[in-house]
Amino acid sequence: MELTDIAIKFGLIVIIFGISLLVAMYSTYAERKIAAFFQDRVGPNRAGPFGILQPLADGAKMFLKEEIIPANATSFLFIVGPSLAILTACIGSAVIPWGQDLVIGDKVIPLQVTDINVGILYIFGVVSLGVYGVMIGGWASNNKYSLLGAIRAASQNISYEISMGLSIIALLLVTGTLSLGEIAKQQHGWHWNVLYQPVGFILFLVCSFAETNRTPFDLPECETELVGGYHTEYSSMKLGFYLFAEYINMFISSAVMATLYWGGYNYPGMDWVAAHVGPVAAPLIGTAIFFAKIFLFIFFFMWVRWTIPRFRYDQLMDLGWKTLIPLAIANIVVTGIVITFFN
Amino acid sequence: MESLSNKKKQLTVKPLTLMEKAYLPAIVQGLSITMKHFFKKPVTIQYPEQKREFSENFRGMHSLKRDEEGRERCTACGLCALSCPAEAITMTAAERQKGEENLYREEKYAAVYEINMLRCIFCGLCEEACPKEAIYLDGDIVPSDYLRKDFIYGKDKLVEAPLNQ
Repeated sequence: MELTDIAIKFGLIVIIFGISLLVAMYSTYAERKIAAFFQDRVGPNRAGPFGILQPLADGAKMFLKEEIIPANATSFLFIVGPSLAILTACIGSAVIPWGQDLVIGDKVIPLQVTDINVGILYIFGVVSLGVYGVMIGGWASNNKYSLLGAIRAASQNISYEISMGLSIIALLLVTGTLSLGEIAKQQHGWHWNVLYQPVGFILFLVCSFAETNRTPFDLPECETELVGGYHTEYSSMKLGFYLFAEYINMFISSAVMATLYWGGYNYPGMDWVAAHVGPVAAPLIGTAIFFAKIFLFIFFFMWVRWTIPRFRYDQLMDLGWKTLIPLAIANIVVTGIVITFFN
Repeated sequence: MESLSNKKKQLTVKPLTLMEKAYLPAIVQGLSITMKHFFKKPVTIQYPEQKREFSENFRGMHSLKRDEEGRERCTACGLCALSCPAEAITMTAAERQKGEENLYREEKYAAVYEINMLRCIFCGLCEEACPKEAIYLDGDIVPSDYLRKDFIYGKDKLVEAPLNQ
């Protein structure tokens, strides 16, 4: 690999990292604004025009707060918890194809950090590592509520990862590849996978709500029962990292959903556009469309949060084990039959 | 057993229908309701800049009135303090000296007149008790402050601004 290639890769990584943090930062602002609109309120509007500087003020507040490590907490693991949460949230973006290859002169720049051929498995690995941050943090706090929250997070994530994996298997039967770049390429134009896998998409959507600990599956941080859930004992920026990790996770899972089911950077009429605007602008338009899809998903996450109350714990397990898993298996069987006999 | 009030209702738990068990229709219905609210005008009143319109008989901060010649009407009779259920009003009376006829209407006036705004319940009994029409609760909301002592309002805050100013 040449030096320029390494520099380009490095630049891409920095840009994607920056964008994920920026999006997560402004997701907190968007969440509060959207919550306000859903409740006929105005939302934050004092810091800067329309409250646009609110995330900066929140960040400054988080950094300036007193940092408390409980006397009986395991202090090393107490610090490792939030670090792991934010680390696993950030590395998920490495395999997501953000756009078509950018061609500048004779240089081809892929808008994807790395197109490993088992991209989906990588995403799953990262997602299942994510629960360690919550578990370690909750356990190290030496607090009953934190521990209960952590246990809930662990069992919830394990339960829903199964149906998530099963819903992906049906998708893999359709696409025939594990590489996210390849999957995105196959959905050229309007051949979006959601048209072939509507049930699979709904299963994946529900599971990603559970995986990101968002309402209606936010039992690990259920205030009414568990004070603050797994981050009861956390303060200052360590708490900030946990909350931030949730928003990055939301961004990444929106990106994954958009890539797997909603065509990624593809959109109807993209060939016509590519023929008219040239080889540099076309991939960038695709990337813009991809981000529009991601933001729609993030909006949907928030929309659901301010609509639905959370599940009771037994309902959560019922839904996961008795409904989603059988449904996912049935989906695989039907998909397999259709592919075998009609293709 | 026979119900005594005759209002007893037998409740049964109906099992969920398949439609209800599927969650999704209900969720879509809920989402459409919240989406309707998304486009509604917010009901927020941005308080310091924007104020809610009060009714005509709103009882706010007190003011001690002056008569048409700009003299203080209060004669320090103490009826307001007596009528006050929260015991928020105190006053010290003084006699009007020669040459002060343009300041005080009656021969006796309140040298000190204090209302503790933390005690006041804004019932309006003081304005009803006043025989001289000297006190009215026609002001704004009492503003917030940091110290308890700053909520004891003296004449400097209560007396109406003099005429010709």
